[in-house]
Amino acid sequence: MTGFLIRRTLQALLVVFLVTVFTLALVHLFPGGPIRSLLGPRATPQQVAYYNRLYGFDQPFYVQYIKWVGQLLHGNLGFSTKLNQSVTSLIAQDLPKTIILVLLGTVVSLVFGIPLGLYQAVKRYTTGDYILTGISFLGYATPTFFVGILLVEWFSIDIHLFPPFAPQGTTVGQILADPRALVLPVAAYAFVLYALWSRYMRSSVMDNLVQDYVRTARAKGASERRVLWGHVFRNSLMSIVTLLGLSLPTLVAGAIFIEVVFNYPGMGLAFYNAALNVDYQVLLGFTLIATLATILGNLLADVSYAVLDPRVRYN
Amino acid sequence: MTEHPMGADPGRMDTATLPVETPEAIERALDAGPASRSLLRRGWEVFAENKLALASLAMLVFIVLFCFVGPHIYHTNQVNTNLNDALCPPSSAHPLGCDNVGYDQLGRLMVGGQTSLEVGFAAAIVAVFIGTLYGAFSGFIGGPVDSFLMRIVDAGLSIPYIMVVIILSVVFHPDTVIMIFIIAVFYWLGVARLVRGETLSLRTREYVQAVRVIGGRKSRAVVRHIVPNAIGTIIVQTTFAIADSILILAGLGFLGLGVQPPATDWGDMLSGGLTYIQSGTNYWWLIYPPGIAIILTCICFNFIGDALRDSFETRLQRR
Repeated sequence: MTGFLIRRTLQALLVVFLVTVFTLALVHLFPGGPIRSLLGPRATPQQVAYYNRLYGFDQPFYVQYIKWVGQLLHGNLGFSTKLNQSVTSLIAQDLPKTIILVLLGTVVSLVFGIPLGLYQAVKRYTTGDYILTGISFLGYATPTFFVGILLVEWFSIDIHLFPPFAPQGTTVGQILADPRALVLPVAAYAFVLYALWSRYMRSSVMDNLVQDYVRTARAKGASERRVLWGHVFRNSLMSIVTLLGLSLPTLVAGAIFIEVVFNYPGMGLAFYNAALNVDYQVLLGFTLIATLATILGNLLADVSYAVLDPRVRYN
Repeated sequence: MTEHPMGADPGRMDTATLPVETPEAIERALDAGPASRSLLRRGWEVFAENKLALASLAMLVFIVLFCFVGPHIYHTNQVNTNLNDALCPPSSAHPLGCDNVGYDQLGRLMVGGQTSLEVGFAAAIVAVFIGTLYGAFSGFIGGPVDSFLMRIVDAGLSIPYIMVVIILSVVFHPDTVIMIFIIAVFYWLGVARLVRGETLSLRTREYVQAVRVIGGRKSRAVVRHIVPNAIGTIIVQTTFAIADSILILAGLGFLGLGVQPPATDWGDMLSGGLTYIQSGTNYWWLIYPPGIAIILTCICFNFIGDALRDSFETRLQRR
């Protein structure tokens, strides 16, 4: 087990190294280099050269890399000259709001997805199953932003039930103070996720229903109810939790479209605005944080799997 | 049944009677059989039993004709704006109305669809091609090389896909061709991981071992034996990749980071629509046509992908 932990952590560190090298290399991809995008197209070559020296972009790549990683380790993700704000403080300001959106959307989608997926697996190949399967397929094929657009069209243009914009404000409290405006963004986000959970739950329960332990439980005289809830449901839930842990950073990234449609003031909207303003410090800082969170999530999922499930063999 | 794709054909068993000159000659003889072709034919037979998949295929053919042949029948001006017609509702002159700068929506749908379909197909093929070769070689070589190559894949996959695609679009201001590579450049990683998994089990098969024993090159074993036998996974992946690429392009278009005007795609059309409905007016013809086009296309590819997976898995069960 210790050997596995060390090996797996070293692997994760190698991945972190590759990702950081790639991210720093991206800086140099920006049109005319990072300084040109900072100073604008009318900067003179002398000015560009001056700032290149000032920021150390004229040094060899490995020197830049070492300096940059040193900064990262001190929690310095860069400074957005466009917003006159450090990337770290921008994240501290916007991340909580995105977490609220992701959390609410995930909870709502799980509340529908888990029971309905279970229902579909138990009543598989019935009309109810086919209808729900159709809805999940629709969820897969519909772009997130189009779900948002449709909800705006139906619920705020056709019938004036909910506002077409998300609550505005800089703090979480201001967001939560306007629950009516939160309904549409959360619903749009939840619909897309619902497709994921319900499909996964359905196939997971169907897989579990034919396992030996289910036959054993039945042979020992357990009621169908007990087999379903005490054995199958719990095992399927385990894999959903793992999936949830693995996809959490992806969920945050996926909120970009919802935030843009509803003008929700979270990290996704900030990322989008940074893209429009070619604010590369924000773009790279956000991407790096999301990536590191993904690597950490994968590592934790693997380790917890090895701890919880002795059947998992690692070589 | 013990038939495996390269083995059950009796005519191929007596390699001893073949004129043996070089290892390549033996390999050519081994390759010449109907292996991958019959595999595809059996796949198609199972596929054709799936009515939903056939209907999807028919629908896709219709969509392709609509986008590429349609403009030759239904002539509209998609180059010059016409502000007199801006936002006009559907009428006999403009069956689906006009957008905010006066382009005919039905014609726009065709032109946008061309971009969406071209980029979707091309990006999927580029990504699956690179991913297949990378994954097959990595899995076939094995050892520390494989381990390192897979860490590169891990690193790429841990970067949230949509974020990196947005950054690349900001950097490159893509036209259609660059867009294909922006979408493909990170999509192939997932394909590589899948194909590598498949390769790990294929490389222990007797017919692959045989290639090595008679001195065949590694590249030959991969290209002529492993890839054809992983063709099921590869085709299914391509189908899903097309749907994904169309969705990603739509997403980028919606964010205003897609192909540059006057070119357009379905997502770009939606982005124009949102601005106008959020102002509180019901310009429904701006959002429904492109939105439904995206959903319909992606649902068809998903159904076809599912049916293909079933048909190739049935083949596996029969073995």
